[in-house]
Amino acid sequence: MKLLKRIFPRTTLHAVIIGIALIWMLPTVGLLVTSFRLPQDVAHTGWWTVFSHPFNFTQYTLQNYETVITKNGMGRAFINSLIITVPATFFPVLLAAFAAYAFAWMKFPGRKTLFMVVVALLVIPLQMTFIPILRIFNWLHLSGTFPGIWLAHTSYGLPLTVYLLHNFIAGLPRDLFDSAAIDGASTMQTFFRLVIPLSVPAIASVVIFQFIWVWNDLLVALIYLGGFRSVAPLTLQVASLVGSRGQDWELLTAAAFVSMALPLFIFFSLQRYFVRGILAGSVKG
Amino acid sequence: MRTNRLTPWLYIAPVLFLLGLFLLYPSIETFRISFFGPSSKDFVGFANYIYAFTNPVMVSAFRNNALWVVVFTSFTVGFGLILAVLLDRVKYEKIIKSLIFIPMAISFVGAGVIWKFVYAYRPPGAPQIGLLNEIVTALGGKPIGWLITRPWVNNLCLIFVGIWIWTGFCMVILSAAYKNIPRELMEAARIDGANEWQVFWRVIIPLLKPTVAVVATTMVVFVLKVFDIVYVMTNGNYSTEVVANRMYKEMFAWSNYGHASAIAIVLLILIIPMMIINIRRFREQEATR
Repeated sequence: MKLLKRIFPRTTLHAVIIGIALIWMLPTVGLLVTSFRLPQDVAHTGWWTVFSHPFNFTQYTLQNYETVITKNGMGRAFINSLIITVPATFFPVLLAAFAAYAFAWMKFPGRKTLFMVVVALLVIPLQMTFIPILRIFNWLHLSGTFPGIWLAHTSYGLPLTVYLLHNFIAGLPRDLFDSAAIDGASTMQTFFRLVIPLSVPAIASVVIFQFIWVWNDLLVALIYLGGFRSVAPLTLQVASLVGSRGQDWELLTAAAFVSMALPLFIFFSLQRYFVRGILAGSVKG
Repeated sequence: MRTNRLTPWLYIAPVLFLLGLFLLYPSIETFRISFFGPSSKDFVGFANYIYAFTNPVMVSAFRNNALWVVVFTSFTVGFGLILAVLLDRVKYEKIIKSLIFIPMAISFVGAGVIWKFVYAYRPPGAPQIGLLNEIVTALGGKPIGWLITRPWVNNLCLIFVGIWIWTGFCMVILSAAYKNIPRELMEAARIDGANEWQVFWRVIIPLLKPTVAVVATTMVVFVLKVFDIVYVMTNGNYSTEVVANRMYKEMFAWSNYGHASAIAIVLLILIIPMMIINIRRFREQEATR
């Protein structure tokens, strides 16, 4: 420890850490500041120039947000993102909880093999599924519709949610299930009165992961909703603005911030569950 | 538990149905149509695979993905590890960790916009609006077109966006593992005369190896499929193409389902080793239950 202090004094340590933290934050700060600046300022001066007179409030405006929300479709896209994400989070978690319970606490032939198949499907790249599903969707008129993308996201989310909830539910004490059986509880009663309430922490993590995953998804939306403006979620709308308004940074930054606002809110308000959920979900393919 | 033979199947039926329809069947079908022409009508043998491995843009996509795997994985894991060890020594550890983890909440599209702005270019003489070129010109350099200077500068600029997003993730996992190492082990090494450098390489690294392996596997799986960052920032132009973006173009822009399927299969084959590692890990967990 003494040697460490000689080679690497505390002040250097603090400087390095704070330096890294600044590098990590600056790009996002730049985005946020720019989204509140006047278009003519954004085009001609760097965002850091606001800090030479930070309390001159005439240099800030909410106009960019108004423009992207009303004129560039970000308001509609925000609502679309909600319409897509809420069912695409609720259904996979519910269905996965049912299956995880059966895999963990019921005996049936092929149980282990089937569960292995589910785990193996975790890492199938989604690219493997796009063309055949798109053909089915076109045939059933499901492409460009909310039910279509709900089905896709629900299915894609299942391997991970089954796997994570199984890990948790299988770890519940056996005695609980034995006494429920002695009391004459049916499997449904056991599921809703015992398994679900006891699994709340695991379910919270999985819900947050699936929610953030779907909210931030670009690829799946591009495949199944691409080209249908009226149902486009935020990610799709921002990506298309990058293409069409590539130099209007005051609009792009405001639009990007609109798309990031809800995940950031969840991050700051539910940080512990958020981190746990992201870590748990990292095995997703 | 009171169950009849049918009960378990009722619980797993919806999941099995959806997985079969949306993952299993399409995978098999994709394999089949990878041997057929653009509209899946005429059998073409291995022609699509030959295309996938010889087309110049595909070759450069593979090269770029390889660059992503090497640079992205070593930096996220290495940087995450260094941060985990350094932050353990300061009192304000938590707040810095949250700051570095924040990018994980942002979509890749959002991150793409953030960094495209950092990399923004204005010709020499004009005031720079991108942070990076402002720094370069302030130091007396000429502004650089970060995203169009091929092939190293722009690819590394894209990879850095990935590193910015995922370092926090690696840091959090490695930090948890680091805090699990008994302090006495490090103290004992120090008492035996080891300096901090030796403690890091001879005590910390060997003990963290299993965790590092897990994190690195996760990073490789992610990076083989990297798509959003490239799609938003360059769309694969200026020699920045990657395999997943190329597959998207083959499918949507050119409707060549044969090419697109073959590329998807190649992606799968690259990921299979990771899948085997995952299953093995799961088996070990199951064995200890």
